[in-house]
Amino acid sequence: MSTAVNTSKKKNEAQKQKASGETDHRILMCGNEALAESAIIAGCDAYFGYPITPQNEVTAYMSKRMPEEGRVFVQSESELAAINMVFGASATGKRTMTSSSSPGVSLMQEGISYLAGAELPAVIVNVMRGGPGLGNIAPSQGDYFQATRGGGHGDYRTIVLGPSSVQELVDCMQLAFDLADQYQMPVIVLADGILGQMMEPVVLEKKPGRKLPSKDWALTGAKGRQQNIVRSLWLAEGALERLNYKLQGRYEQIQKDEVLCEQYGVEDADIVVVAYGIAARIVRGAVTIAREEGIKVGWIRPVTLWPFPSEQISKAADELRIFLTVELSMGQMVEDVKLAISGKSPVVFYGRPGGGVPTVDEVLDKIRQLTTKRKI
Amino acid sequence: MAANGFSEEVVIAGFGGQGIMLAGKLLAQTAMKAGKEVTYMPSYGAEVRGGTANCMVVIAEREIACPVVGNPDSLIVMNKASLAKFGPRLKKGGLLIMNSSLIDGRPEMDESIEIIALPADELAVELGNKKAANMVALGAYIKKRGRLNIETAADALPETIAERYHKTLPVNTAALNRGAEFASRGS
Repeated sequence: MSTAVNTSKKKNEAQKQKASGETDHRILMCGNEALAESAIIAGCDAYFGYPITPQNEVTAYMSKRMPEEGRVFVQSESELAAINMVFGASATGKRTMTSSSSPGVSLMQEGISYLAGAELPAVIVNVMRGGPGLGNIAPSQGDYFQATRGGGHGDYRTIVLGPSSVQELVDCMQLAFDLADQYQMPVIVLADGILGQMMEPVVLEKKPGRKLPSKDWALTGAKGRQQNIVRSLWLAEGALERLNYKLQGRYEQIQKDEVLCEQYGVEDADIVVVAYGIAARIVRGAVTIAREEGIKVGWIRPVTLWPFPSEQISKAADELRIFLTVELSMGQMVEDVKLAISGKSPVVFYGRPGGGVPTVDEVLDKIRQLTTKRKI
Repeated sequence: MAANGFSEEVVIAGFGGQGIMLAGKLLAQTAMKAGKEVTYMPSYGAEVRGGTANCMVVIAEREIACPVVGNPDSLIVMNKASLAKFGPRLKKGGLLIMNSSLIDGRPEMDESIEIIALPADELAVELGNKKAANMVALGAYIKKRGRLNIETAADALPETIAERYHKTLPVNTAALNRGAEFASRGS
């Protein structure tokens, strides 16, 4: 892709600008290329992937940039192969990732479960498209259940990040690699066709990373030390149960420490709209107009979809408010909103499935309808 | 919106091969260069030469909420089908830039809408490259709207066009200027 060539050049220009002390370090990039470059900045050693719309630019970009950096790029023969290559690279202690879109991520679920079972860090990007089945290539949020409920077989979780701008996508990639290494588990970055395709100005820079545990479990050749074993098969009596308790302990820690969410205008709100990713952008547009009309409405935007900001939402529901959840699906995150609220406040839903994108006006109308309901 | 500065939503539409995406990217790059907030959203279906293509650009002084444009403030249409599709969505008081080389007559629009009909294809041919019609139309838009400068757009060209096409920079710059000239003089 011609844009990939241009972009690495642009990045150099941006760095030069920065060095010369000019203030604007922004470069214009589409989400797919920006997340790829951010992964490189985060120290991704190996990328494995198989093309699928609407995330092809990730694979295309990596095919050029990873070899430039002396790192590994493989276009695998299938998504199944890609995720298992990720497993292999991760087992050697390397930072590794794959990316795909909905049908491709379905194919990866077995591998993700094995990663969880073997306690291996990995970053998986899903630029969601319409489903079920082969579906279409339009933007969607139909994979929320799959991403936040483990997705594959077994009793496991994945951390799920749901960015809503190209800049946040960039920031999420670096966070995702750190979280994966810290908790030794797969982390999913859940984007959608709009975020992948749209261009926005971004600042690409290395954020200060976390202090991470050493990867003393990695398969690096056992010379001079005891052999390490990476596996997800535990047949001895009680062994698998012990592994699951260990994982559970980790998951509880994550729920305590890693929740991220953003909110606006909730304090005086009669209506609170909950949305993530691109839906949150549409909601923000609608809420801004509704506020100008004098409607007391705010929003809560989960950034981590697992761990889910249940506490923040529950707190907002301590006062009686109407909660409106907006998604590009027929209602998936809304179940987590309802669990968080536990019947304290009414929860209504608005969404469009199969690649349909709600407009600002549609969401605004829904908000206006709820206002009249509240008066009654 | 005045208190928060301007916000402008633009749709650019035509058929595949007319440089619709490039025009949108250049507009976005220009806006960023001018220090604005901007989003660019392409239609990314199975676009092929001859098929339909469109992109949405939002330019604002403050953080942009939604990159998907329902009712644009400005519409640049390069062929008839695009006018039929997006014309009815143009906001009252909006600006329509239309390629009269491929669209006959004056469309029936709300009288509050300002229409600039320019023969973008012919003007580009006069400059030596028919493919620069997109830049002629974009130049007319930038000049008419007056939020951004043609010079900034010309400066943004090298970052927007792939290096192997940089030999087209002079004709693209000329096309931007020609469009701007048409917008101010009406010919």
